[in-house]
Amino acid sequence: MRYLPLLWAGLFRKKTRTILTLLSVIVAFLLLGLLHAVKVAFESGAESADAKRLLTTARYSIIEPLPIAHLRPIERVAGVVGVAYADWFGAKYQNESNAFPVFAVDPTRYLDMYPEFTIPREQREAFVKTRTGAVAGRRLVDRFGWTLGQKLPISSEIHPKADGDMNWAFDLVGILDADDPAQRGNTDVVLINVAYFDEARQTGKGKTGWYIERIADPARARAISVEIDRLFVNSPDETKTQPEKEFAVGFAKQIGDMGALVTRILAAVFFTILILTGNAMAQSVRERIPELAILKTLGFSDGKVTALVLAEAGLLLLLGGGLGMVIAAALLPVLNGATGGRFPPLFVSADTWLLATAVAVTLALAVGLPPALRARRLKIVDALAGR
Amino acid sequence: MRALNQIVQITLVNVRTMPQRPGPSLVVVIGIAGVVGVLVSVLAMSEGFRHTLASTGRPGRVIMLRSGSDSELSSGVPRDQAALLATLPGIARDAGGRPLASAELMVMVDLPRRGETNPNNVPFRGVQPAAFAIREELQVVEGRPFRRGVREVIAGRKASRQFAGLSVGSRIAFRDSDWTVVGLFESGGDVHESEVWADAEVAMSAFRRQGYQSLTATLADGSDSGFAALKESVRRDPRFSISVLREPEYYAKQATTLSTLINVLGYTVAAFMAVGAMFGALNCMYSAVAGRQVEIATLRAIGFGGAPVVVSVMIEALLLALVGGAVGGAAAYLYCDGASLSTLNFNTFSQVAFALRVTPRLLAQGLLWALIIGAAGGLFPAIRAARVPVTMALRAV
Repeated sequence: MRYLPLLWAGLFRKKTRTILTLLSVIVAFLLLGLLHAVKVAFESGAESADAKRLLTTARYSIIEPLPIAHLRPIERVAGVVGVAYADWFGAKYQNESNAFPVFAVDPTRYLDMYPEFTIPREQREAFVKTRTGAVAGRRLVDRFGWTLGQKLPISSEIHPKADGDMNWAFDLVGILDADDPAQRGNTDVVLINVAYFDEARQTGKGKTGWYIERIADPARARAISVEIDRLFVNSPDETKTQPEKEFAVGFAKQIGDMGALVTRILAAVFFTILILTGNAMAQSVRERIPELAILKTLGFSDGKVTALVLAEAGLLLLLGGGLGMVIAAALLPVLNGATGGRFPPLFVSADTWLLATAVAVTLALAVGLPPALRARRLKIVDALAGR
Repeated sequence: MRALNQIVQITLVNVRTMPQRPGPSLVVVIGIAGVVGVLVSVLAMSEGFRHTLASTGRPGRVIMLRSGSDSELSSGVPRDQAALLATLPGIARDAGGRPLASAELMVMVDLPRRGETNPNNVPFRGVQPAAFAIREELQVVEGRPFRRGVREVIAGRKASRQFAGLSVGSRIAFRDSDWTVVGLFESGGDVHESEVWADAEVAMSAFRRQGYQSLTATLADGSDSGFAALKESVRRDPRFSISVLREPEYYAKQATTLSTLINVLGYTVAAFMAVGAMFGALNCMYSAVAGRQVEIATLRAIGFGGAPVVVSVMIEALLLALVGGAVGGAAAYLYCDGASLSTLNFNTFSQVAFALRVTPRLLAQGLLWALIIGAAGGLFPAIRAARVPVTMALRAV
């Protein structure tokens, strides 16, 4: 701590240079914070998956429906403590296809299955009781300016009503939210009551899209999955059951390896920063060779001088990195507001801070070591003589 | 004229002394190369994806979907309606008098990527015999076409490259049944090359479907009036609730969500990187100027003007930026151009395979960014170089 003023003076000896270097470090870490948040949001499906939930879809393609008659046999499987189901409505809102997903669900079963979604008790009861009822995520309600009790006019691209009309309307009776920011993106959904939906639709009656099972013991997930699928083997509607996490990972992989793309971009960014900062550091030490020699003359040991130069690099990167990350953390809520809830909420997670710290330390070493070693090898006589 | 001469002289001195300070020059080049490389390669993704969808379909053809549906997957065309639609007078007929219309079934089948195990939504299209006459650009390039009434499929060249089990002679298990891959087809790199095709009737029974998803047909009269007439005849007929779209219009719409997303990502990242690189360039140009303070002051003492000094420093910065831009663009071209990729298209919920395209327009855009960064990074150091009083600069010796 004693040497902090000395470090500071060394760092800001050439103000313009240090500030410019600092700014580019800040930008690099700002980018790291933002991009890593995108990656985290992208993988949040897998991260927030509940190990006690399984998902059953049609075996050959997730778009094929399953009969609702599968419900009872699945419920009887040992180890299954709850079953919910949902069907894909194919929503079109204000002429935009899939502006948000709409699931037709059994209200009680579905809300019990996802305890991480919060909804006031009386709204939940209203949803259970109202056949034409619907509940929507908080972010959707804010984005479209809906109010409780209003009619939601949503058309379906898939399901006509009995009279062939594709335009449906539901009563908004409740608002879903989640306490965990990582879960909030999963509430970007409208749930409608399957009792009304199944009765009113023209085709596909008695079918649903997928089943969700809650199991008592996550260690038995694999065994129970196999058992559920065995129930329907060789039937016209074979199933594929897998843990929720596996499903989420698989789905994310369909989009391609987003993680690899982000990593490659960041590698390019930090390689550039490494060169930039490294050059600035080397230059700064080069200019101060006589000063470092004087420090040594005054009795600073070789080790201490090395440590000083290294600490200077560390200070530069930690300062820049910290500022960059703080700006990223402050910027993300603004960004979330600006995209109008079209994308999952982005936030700087603990993982990102950890990564940023590791990168800052690594870069400090990479940038600081060569000039530090040069300072260590310095011979006082030669340095003072300018040789 | 004199000023011009001075600019040339100073710039030459600057350029000739560049090798003496490789560090700072290299930093500018690498910093800018990084920005341009990332910008060009991310935009090449979006460009490749857009190109694949844009090259699908011909304006002389139409696709019919259920009104209100924006993609085939969510559409449904009942059998009886499909038969009626095919015989509309606005639709062309072949030499034998049969309508050039193909009612098509569209389902998703699960196939893993090569070397992986988790399933992907690969589009599976059941087509009627006229499909091949309608889409002249489609050619079976390996094996043979599927036979009617048999569980045989042909796979698009790009699907075959991306997904496991799609080579001629292999068998794949879809719902209830084994299918044999008997051929591979190409269709000019369009979206159909990501698909698997089979006979519509066989597919319909295997997938237990009662209706089709869409109907693709060639217009008898490809002009706007011919298209409008067909559209009108469908609209007026109370038996139909069908929308008629020209193929390019339909496929262009399928590209919107994903290409917007990629573009936003690419430009945002590049903009941040550009700011970072600009700071780097500023730094280097400042130190380059500082290192030559005495030379510059000497020049000015013997009568060179301030403006030529500014311009020459700017030229140096722009030259370095240009080299950086060229290096970044070249790296993106070598590394990315033609690389194939497949992803889930959110509009259709199915896999699309495409190749990255580094186009001249993208490269030019990259160079433009490089020059802007270089100009921003060179301006202030240039002004400072011209501003320092001659006497003070000379005293620095």
